[in-house]
Amino acid sequence: MTEAPLPVDPPFRISMLVYDRRYRSMTFQVIVFILVMALCWWLISNTIQNLAALGKDFNFGFLFQRAGYDISQRPIPYTSDDTHLRATFVGLLNTLIVSVLGCVAATILGVAIGVARLSKSWLFARLMTVYVEIFRNIPLLLWILIIYAIFTEVMPPPSAYRGDDPAWSMILFDNVALTNRYTAIPSLGMTNDPGSLDLGARITVNWATIAFLVAIIGGWFLRDMILKRAQAIQDRTGHRPTTWWINLSVMTVPSLLLIWYFGLHLMSPELKGFNFGGGLNVHNSLVVLWLALTLYTGAFIAEIVRGGILAISHGQSEAAFALGLPPNRTMNLVILPQALRVIIPPLISQYLNLMKNSSLAIAASYMDLRATLGGTTLNQTGRELESMVLMMLIYLALSLVISAGMNMFNRRVRLKER
Amino acid sequence: MKKTAFLGTIAVAGMAAGMGFADTLSDVKARGVLNCGVNTGLVGFAAPDANGNWAGFDIDLCKAIAAAVLGDPSKVKYVPTTGQTRFTALSSGEVDVLARNSTWTFSRDTDLKLDFAGVNYYDGQGFMVPKDLGVTSVKELSGATICIQTGTTTELNLADYFKANGLEYQPVNIDSNAEGEQQYMAGACDAYTTDISGLAATRAAFADPENHVILPEVISKEPLGPAVRHGDNNWGDIVRWTLNALIAAEEYGVTSKNIEELVKSSNNPEIQRLLGVTDNLGAMIGLDKDWAKRAIQASGNYGEIFAANIGEQTPIGLARGLNAQWKEGGLLYAQPFR
Repeated sequence: MTEAPLPVDPPFRISMLVYDRRYRSMTFQVIVFILVMALCWWLISNTIQNLAALGKDFNFGFLFQRAGYDISQRPIPYTSDDTHLRATFVGLLNTLIVSVLGCVAATILGVAIGVARLSKSWLFARLMTVYVEIFRNIPLLLWILIIYAIFTEVMPPPSAYRGDDPAWSMILFDNVALTNRYTAIPSLGMTNDPGSLDLGARITVNWATIAFLVAIIGGWFLRDMILKRAQAIQDRTGHRPTTWWINLSVMTVPSLLLIWYFGLHLMSPELKGFNFGGGLNVHNSLVVLWLALTLYTGAFIAEIVRGGILAISHGQSEAAFALGLPPNRTMNLVILPQALRVIIPPLISQYLNLMKNSSLAIAASYMDLRATLGGTTLNQTGRELESMVLMMLIYLALSLVISAGMNMFNRRVRLKER
Repeated sequence: MKKTAFLGTIAVAGMAAGMGFADTLSDVKARGVLNCGVNTGLVGFAAPDANGNWAGFDIDLCKAIAAAVLGDPSKVKYVPTTGQTRFTALSSGEVDVLARNSTWTFSRDTDLKLDFAGVNYYDGQGFMVPKDLGVTSVKELSGATICIQTGTTTELNLADYFKANGLEYQPVNIDSNAEGEQQYMAGACDAYTTDISGLAATRAAFADPENHVILPEVISKEPLGPAVRHGDNNWGDIVRWTLNALIAAEEYGVTSKNIEELVKSSNNPEIQRLLGVTDNLGAMIGLDKDWAKRAIQASGNYGEIFAANIGEQTPIGLARGLNAQWKEGGLLYAQPFR
């Protein structure tokens, strides 16, 4: 018996880089890699060359110069004597404020509308459809401008509250004034101010705030422990001890004691000169931007939620009904938990979109990161490239942090496959 | 990897056009059109009419430059720029000259790598308030909400002035003059601040201009002038001397009406040099000898341009004030043509 000779690999030829499947993919990857690198090199060298031709350098020293402009909404103390860096930070905080508020509100609105679109009431479901289609098919910038114009034109100027017979009067027991600049709401005053903790860089946190945070978080923590203990007792004896009043008191009594101790009270705004003072003025620019982002993103989230719910087999709700669960508990306990695993990944992109869309803020006169670093600072210093690069890096970092956080949450709620 | 390409793309977007402006004059001549950066809309200074034809004080300067360089005042492409985009548009080469009521300041002249070719309007920052507010001085505006265009020198002047006088205010940073008007008219701000010329122009467009007053305080010096890129000195010279020609023409009494006659009959050596009758000054800046004559013919001399667009006979109604000739107590002083 003769053995067939083993096939011998043919010697390597250059043409095999293209024709041989073993090498081909590697060849193309190398070519693409070289092309991309060449493009990058060209872009960077071109930039450097052009900057040199214009006599400009690439340097972030401008961040430490005096900013010289004022910002209306300041989460941390800021004056025109501060640096561009601090102005940037104020802008960043404003971006974060409107983004967080927007994400929370858009989620609540989106889930409500998404569920409502599946309502058995024909009219109700159609109305929700109209909302979704209107808001997601008109550009966000237009919504911001429309809502801003409505707020400006419909609300009265503060002077309408002046005089013996004012055209407008304050609402909610003379506590809230709606104007076309801001909504003046009462602020919190303390008769027994414990002073503030200095975090450096003129950022301070009142000790009372810290005390309340500790009381609230501690309360939740205690409640958790009490519920665990109750569960343990139930598992052991079959009787669940009554805990609701203990839970209620650990969550509220410390806060109530703190309110009494610090002498916390509401201070109503009143018209002083041109504007309301004494209270807290929530600027319309924030409200307008928040509202526009919420309504716009809410429409997208509603569709995601609706899709997620429809993805759950109808048998699930039938089974739940068969067990006697009422419709709202079926939704909360059976459908939504399962729908979440379909909903959350696209929801992450909506949060990222909302955060990035907040950069349209200047259309509503809201001083966010784009309006401070990418607007006035860029303009006053003429450092376009530096400002843009820095702004892009900040947005990139924010997006990555949000997606990392949401991905962690997603891993917790997704279907556990065992 | 992706990030690098991304940054590079942005860099190139900002800078790609940054090459090869060594010679703006040749570029403009080869293109046959002057790209002139102007305001997005400020009645009297630069605003398109219902038919899309631009008109205004700054527009006439663009026309004069186009007439001097290309021989035709209509060969201008007007590029509307906002307070935020104007300098980028100029340094990236999108426009050849920026005639957009921009204030000549130290940092713009040096750090932004621009050159201001002169001053075509001496302005100052002021405040406009509704008459029924009962305010007669800026000092009474403590605690007021003030609308201000973002990205302008006025934003910095406002902060400095209020700080220096120990006054408080709430800024409303708006993006454009139109938005400022809307906010101001609705009472969303108590006062609107910008250059006094801009206030007058804005007020002229109101339905009830008589119900608004411009407060007497002038809180800053705002010399407005055409800007060009730093480094192309010849182009800067052309813009500077075109402006000077318009100013000198008023001083010497040369108008668009009598210019042809003066070319033939004037025996004033200064007029003869300006209009290229005797000397050929144009050749020294790369133009022909009739350049100044064409520039003046485009819309008239400085005084005619002023009177036609923003003068006291127009709705804007600005007095000459600082912008009168030096012989009449103003600041206009064209360097001698020789």
